[in-house]
Amino acid sequence: MKRVVITGAGTVNALGQDVPQTLAALREGRSGIGPLEFRDAERLSIQIGAQVKGWQPEVHFDRQQLGFLDRFAQFALVAARQAVAQSGLDFAGGLGDRSGVVLGTAGGGVGTWDESYRAVYAEGKNRVHPFVVPRLMNNAAASHVSIEFGLRGPAFSVATACSSSNHAMGLGFQLVRSGAAPVMLVGGSEAMLCFGGVKAWEGLRVMTKDACRPFSANRNGMVQGEGAGVYVFEDLDHARARGADILAEVAGFHMSSDAGDIVMPSLDGAARAIAGALADAALTPEAVGYINAHGTGTAANDKTECAAIRRVFGPAAERVMVSSTKAAHGHCIGGTGAVELLACLMALNEGVIAPTLNYQEPDPECDLDVVPNTARTARVEAVLSNAFAFGGMNAVLALKKV
Amino acid sequence: MSDSVREKIIAIIAEEAVLDPDQVKPEMTLEDLGIDSLGLVESIFKIEEAFDISVPFNANEPAQTEFDISSVAAIVSAVEALVRARV
Repeated sequence: MKRVVITGAGTVNALGQDVPQTLAALREGRSGIGPLEFRDAERLSIQIGAQVKGWQPEVHFDRQQLGFLDRFAQFALVAARQAVAQSGLDFAGGLGDRSGVVLGTAGGGVGTWDESYRAVYAEGKNRVHPFVVPRLMNNAAASHVSIEFGLRGPAFSVATACSSSNHAMGLGFQLVRSGAAPVMLVGGSEAMLCFGGVKAWEGLRVMTKDACRPFSANRNGMVQGEGAGVYVFEDLDHARARGADILAEVAGFHMSSDAGDIVMPSLDGAARAIAGALADAALTPEAVGYINAHGTGTAANDKTECAAIRRVFGPAAERVMVSSTKAAHGHCIGGTGAVELLACLMALNEGVIAPTLNYQEPDPECDLDVVPNTARTARVEAVLSNAFAFGGMNAVLALKKV
Repeated sequence: MSDSVREKIIAIIAEEAVLDPDQVKPEMTLEDLGIDSLGLVESIFKIEEAFDISVPFNANEPAQTEFDISSVAAIVSAVEALVRARV
């Protein structure tokens, strides 16, 4: 089996349109959550979200390209460019033949669906833009990334709701580890902050109207975000042979299914995913210094996730740091695990633990060290990143220093 | 108005609980009726659509919203208040 390392990272999210801006915001405890600004937002009962503000697609793409690019694909492409640039890889000369891309998204081109339905139903038009189908399909982002970089090996998209990008990164990891591909671009992207996207979420009544407060006793729901995270996962030998800078090793991955309730989380399913990732990485709980939690800020997720961590970590749960960065970048749904992996890289490489913002009241059911409100300096050798989706599909990654 | 409001609400709750309307008693709780949190969210949606009202309810803090769901009678009076406020 090959060892797998990360040699490039890129992102677009509400905290910043690249990795340095995002890490600065996480360190400083800034939040990207604010008033939603898009057509008909005044008709929503939820008025806040973590939107990517000041996005200028024409800076990144020409007009011909933009006809094919929904916002979720734009975010993914820009993040992929950053990651590939950092890695220094050139996929010409044969490398592209075996390299590929796996990207997660829950909804794909939700904004394109929304605009097109508005045109035909609300505005009574009888035609939509000719490229609506290639723009909205879930695999559009992965396809455009493959086209841009000439990735001609395994390429596909993964949709497991809020676990999508963790599943995508985990599958890319397994492809590199098995030797099936020397390099995989992996991550995820989501852009469902539009009238229909938020209206759909309102129906479940799990969104907060005021603030995302993960693990806090007075938490009352999640806040939606948008954005992308894309990484270069590379065979360690390949990376070393070309003298690449290595950001971290992807040490393990595990996925589990609750096979239970369609929306309520399961302690057992989450615990099996966490324990499986540790086993796959050959890590003990004591070796893990930080967990980037799924931490949605809903009543159900946060207490179930804390109980799952306690079950797997035992006495080590007393000292492991656990933070949710969703109060900063919002819940980026199918892209969220990919955005959150940046906090894991910051913990490993800079020794800075991103805080859980808006923490106000201790909850006895969430009695872990949740790194409240301000970032902390700490030396960390290994980390986990949790994602637990509606549908009961769980995916946990383990990273460590090389 | 009140009788028809009550009848409509009971019909909605009965449908959600897969019972006949006459099996739904005012003192019954959602638990008695076997309605879980998703069933509750769906019932509230149907009530909002039936009466053209907006029900303040957050599934994260069901006990803290002003909309009382402790029994069928409580739900009926809460909806009646919202319907009166609308008119």
